[in-house]
Amino acid sequence: MFRLDGKVALVTGASGGIGSAIAATLHAQGATVVLSGTREAVLQQQAAALGSERVYYVAANLSEPEEANSLIAKAEEKAGAPVDILINNAGLTRDTLALRMKDEDWDQVINVDLSSPFRLCRSALKGMLRRRAGRIVNIASVVGATGNAGQANYSAAKAGMVGMTKSLAQEAGSRGVTVNVVAPGFIVTAMTDVLPEAQKEKLQSQIPLGRLGKPEDIAAAVLYLCSDEAGWVTGSTLHVNGGMAMI
Amino acid sequence: MSEIADKVKKIVVEHLGVEESKVTPEASFIDDLGADSLDTVELVMAFEEAFNVEIPEDAAEKIATVKDAIDYIEKQKAA
Repeated sequence: MFRLDGKVALVTGASGGIGSAIAATLHAQGATVVLSGTREAVLQQQAAALGSERVYYVAANLSEPEEANSLIAKAEEKAGAPVDILINNAGLTRDTLALRMKDEDWDQVINVDLSSPFRLCRSALKGMLRRRAGRIVNIASVVGATGNAGQANYSAAKAGMVGMTKSLAQEAGSRGVTVNVVAPGFIVTAMTDVLPEAQKEKLQSQIPLGRLGKPEDIAAAVLYLCSDEAGWVTGSTLHVNGGMAMI
Repeated sequence: MSEIADKVKKIVVEHLGVEESKVTPEASFIDDLGADSLDTVELVMAFEEAFNVEIPEDAAEKIATVKDAIDYIEKQKAA
């Protein structure tokens, strides 16, 4: 089950903790993966770590609309085949309380975390609809559903992603293309490593399953939604958060 | 039949997978050729690409038949 042999998957934000775990998991299941991120040197290392077969990378700065709009075509050129699976994982945060949040903090997060995934969905869907097959998984966040002090921009973008996903799922359903969301809770990555120990313990105490998440916990959920076996699941949000928010 | 009409017909046959004989000027994409709303959007995008024209949303909405498409593109090309 859950094999992806012969499929091409594009993973954005592949140089981050969650993105690289997703890429590794899809690759292990037989997919050809195209890694995308801003740092070419990191992508190169990661591609090498996955081996010499079925791995490509394209550096792209998704805050630029033209780069987002052309990424699918570039990935297809590298892989020599159409993108069957799109994972919109790239994202950034500019956290601060709303009173101190600048317009550019707001705009940048909305642009990279919401507008750019839309642009990628739009260009990927064009081919997927024609081929009558395809999988899109958008990586949101638990805060898109619960909100979080200091993340008005980020939680708005992630909630927006859920609404966008549901609309796209309705538009693409008649062609067998599914569009879903995976919403991670607190995952151990470089982003959470910097938190003070006391805060990590407090976080942990709010999680029924008693630990922070691993990138692989998210990758497994993504793999399921990419598989043929998930062919009757669309427009849904799979929450992977250790039970921290049961929604 | 004009070159444009020929090309439109070919695109319709290709995209909707219908028999050429059914693609008459009066044929409605939705009522006669089995297209759904997504097909009509894809057709308009295919016309845009093939003829290098831009078909704005309000014009696209009025293109219901094969003849509508041919007329619109001929008008754009003549302009």
